[in-house]
Amino acid sequence: MLRYALSRLLSLGLSLLVASVVVFAVIEVIPGDPAAFMLGLNATPEAVAALRDDLGLTGSAGLRYLDWAGGMLRGDFGVSYTYRVPVAELLADRLWVSLPLAVYALALSTAIALPAGMWAAARRGGAADIGVMGATQLGIAVPNFWFAMLLVLLFAVNLRWFPAGGFPGWDGGVMAGLKALTLPAIALALPQAAILARVMRSALIETLGQDYIRSARAKGLTRAQAIRRHGVRNALIPVLTILGLQFSFLLAGAIIIENVFYLPGLGRLIFQAITQRDLIVVESVVMLLVFAVICVTFAVDIAYAAVDPRLRRR
Amino acid sequence: MIEVENLSLTIHSTPVLQGVSFQIAPGQIVGLAGESGSGKSMTALAMMGLLPPGARATGAIRLVDRELLDLTERQLCAIRGRQIGMIFQEPMTALNPMQTIGAQVAETLVIHDAATRSEALEKARARLDRVGLPADRFPLTRYPHELSGGQRQRVCIAMAIALRPRLLIADEPTTALDVTTQARILDLLAGLVREEGMALMLITHDLAVLSGLAERVAVMQGGRIVEQGPTSAILRRPGHPYTRALIAAATHHPAPGTRAPGAALLEVREARRAYRPAGRGAFTRPAPVRAVDGVSFDLRRGECLGLVGESGSGKSTLARAILGLDPLQGGAIRLDGQRVAAGQPMPHDLRRRMQAVFQDPYGSFNPRHRVGRLIAEPFHLAGRPPDADDRVAEALRAVGLDPDDRNRFIHEFSGGQRQRIAIARALITRPDLIVLDEPVSALDVRVRAQILDLLADLRGRFGLSYLFIGHDLQVVRAIADRVMVMHAGRIVEQGAAEQVLHAPRHPYTRELLAAVPELPAPIA
Repeated sequence: MLRYALSRLLSLGLSLLVASVVVFAVIEVIPGDPAAFMLGLNATPEAVAALRDDLGLTGSAGLRYLDWAGGMLRGDFGVSYTYRVPVAELLADRLWVSLPLAVYALALSTAIALPAGMWAAARRGGAADIGVMGATQLGIAVPNFWFAMLLVLLFAVNLRWFPAGGFPGWDGGVMAGLKALTLPAIALALPQAAILARVMRSALIETLGQDYIRSARAKGLTRAQAIRRHGVRNALIPVLTILGLQFSFLLAGAIIIENVFYLPGLGRLIFQAITQRDLIVVESVVMLLVFAVICVTFAVDIAYAAVDPRLRRR
Repeated sequence: MIEVENLSLTIHSTPVLQGVSFQIAPGQIVGLAGESGSGKSMTALAMMGLLPPGARATGAIRLVDRELLDLTERQLCAIRGRQIGMIFQEPMTALNPMQTIGAQVAETLVIHDAATRSEALEKARARLDRVGLPADRFPLTRYPHELSGGQRQRVCIAMAIALRPRLLIADEPTTALDVTTQARILDLLAGLVREEGMALMLITHDLAVLSGLAERVAVMQGGRIVEQGPTSAILRRPGHPYTRALIAAATHHPAPGTRAPGAALLEVREARRAYRPAGRGAFTRPAPVRAVDGVSFDLRRGECLGLVGESGSGKSTLARAILGLDPLQGGAIRLDGQRVAAGQPMPHDLRRRMQAVFQDPYGSFNPRHRVGRLIAEPFHLAGRPPDADDRVAEALRAVGLDPDDRNRFIHEFSGGQRQRIAIARALITRPDLIVLDEPVSALDVRVRAQILDLLADLRGRFGLSYLFIGHDLQVVRAIADRVMVMHAGRIVEQGAAEQVLHAPRHPYTRELLAAVPELPAPIA
């Protein structure tokens, strides 16, 4: 187990190194001068030169990479060109919206999907199965921003249970913050839950055909006990894979939902940074997301080993 | 004690069992024999109340004085595992890979409220000791993947007998195991019956397994019991033609080849291959396992050379090296003087001259291709000849199938027919040597006899040479001219088939021979 974890940790470190080189190189190989690109056509040569200096574009590429990467390790991501504040502060603010939103959405989607998938698998071919499968079809087919608008209409405009948008910040209390994130989290969670429920169902159905389920029944377990005690854990590996992918997506891919609900999250930040050509912010947000994805992958790898004893020996 | 009376079963209104009746007394071993599809397993599942959906059973199954067919699912759950235990054919997949063996044995006790968790673990320990898995080598915390097939079957037995049931049903418990392991598991079962007064219903396709073990035998065919009675009477004086056919097939020897073997075709010299098993600790490296350890032999043109050994003896590793699928770490393999070496592109002509047939034909065919395309697959080696279609038809005819079968899919064929198709695919390139890796181990006795006849016939007709790999000495003896016995990566004995089998020199060969269950001599 220790050896497995160490080898995963090593590959995490290597992935980060490679990713940082790639992100840095992409900015390097953009044709022309990034500073001139950021300032637009009407910039004066002095302004461009000043920005070049700000961006750290003077000196050799290797030294600049070390400077940039070293800064990030110390938590120094540079200063945003458009906002004129340290990027680290900007990221921290946004992360406090995006991270809770992603966790919230993922928790909701797991809470809906796993029981639904198990229920459908246990009653394969029955009314429950057909119902769940129909609902997941719908969940996958309907775009989440449309769900979002329906949710706003129903729960914010008509029932007035939740705010229609905006984020009050966590200073106003945890409940107010969660309340503001509830509708976006549901809108994000539903399509994810639909996918996850299908994966759970098919993995469990495959597991239920295995010989050890028959052995368990021969011991005197009821069907439900056999599913619970022997089926579910064996079906978890593909579910964990999808969960990992979904979390990474939720962290960065919530741009549309963040826009619908006016949430100051990472998705909106990167969208705005791109339109404003703020390469410093883009570079940092991309690096942060890469870091998050790699960490999630690491967590999923460790979870695999926790679930399946056969993987601990690798 | 358990009485099955006039049991009939339909699945989605297709009849599966018809009027099956037999009884088992406490402490008695009863054998249920028959080929696949004869209804043996369905009879067992009916007794367990574990029939598939759509099944309807009529008749009676009485355990002591309870009618099992009338019980609710809840009542049946209380009987399974407590009154009737069951073990199955495939020990490799019969255990949950995610749970320790201790937890799985203890579960039987916990589920029936027979013990608290800690008591259950204590009893599980005692049961594992009883089935021959001592605590020092097999602590409760072991996982199934750390055990061999025979050891896993022992865990399954411990699970099934944890509550000392009145009846243990064993459905082909040793079919997937080596002869020596089979002999030990059968010994264990017989000992449990003696000590615990438990009854045993032993389901098998191999009548020889029952001789000397079961008191009574019932022979099933097509969902009916065609004959039943005391084992020795049935095996020595079978009354029903089907029983006679089964016994004849089990001891069948194909007609021996008439051609004298020629010069050496395959030469193996000092072949060596070791691999490192997966390690347990973070920093310790386990010692390498010598899978093939200095093996040398010649296979002459037109000869059938048998290679016998248990699983783990290195015979499959050797076969893969000969086929050029895995590299050797030392030594050399030559086919007709040309060197076989994995890891570098093998000349197509060399590959063409050496083909293989494996144990599980279904797994080695792409289910989405038609048979014609499957058989013609090796043509990509040397280019598709202009008469490819004729040659596919010829190969199908050679293995006793219809040339029109080429338009069908592999799932439409029975196990024996699939093995014929695998042989047709091996024949298509007109090879010199066919490596047959356990080609009949998964087949019923009568089909096995037919395939052995076919192999003997093809060898004579096309001048083929075979390397026939198997764990069953009976089968290898039936077809091979010469036999090599492999143990722990080495050839411990080789010689003419009759000599090795009748006057074995190496103790391991003797052990192997002693483990082979034999049918009693018939009384005319």
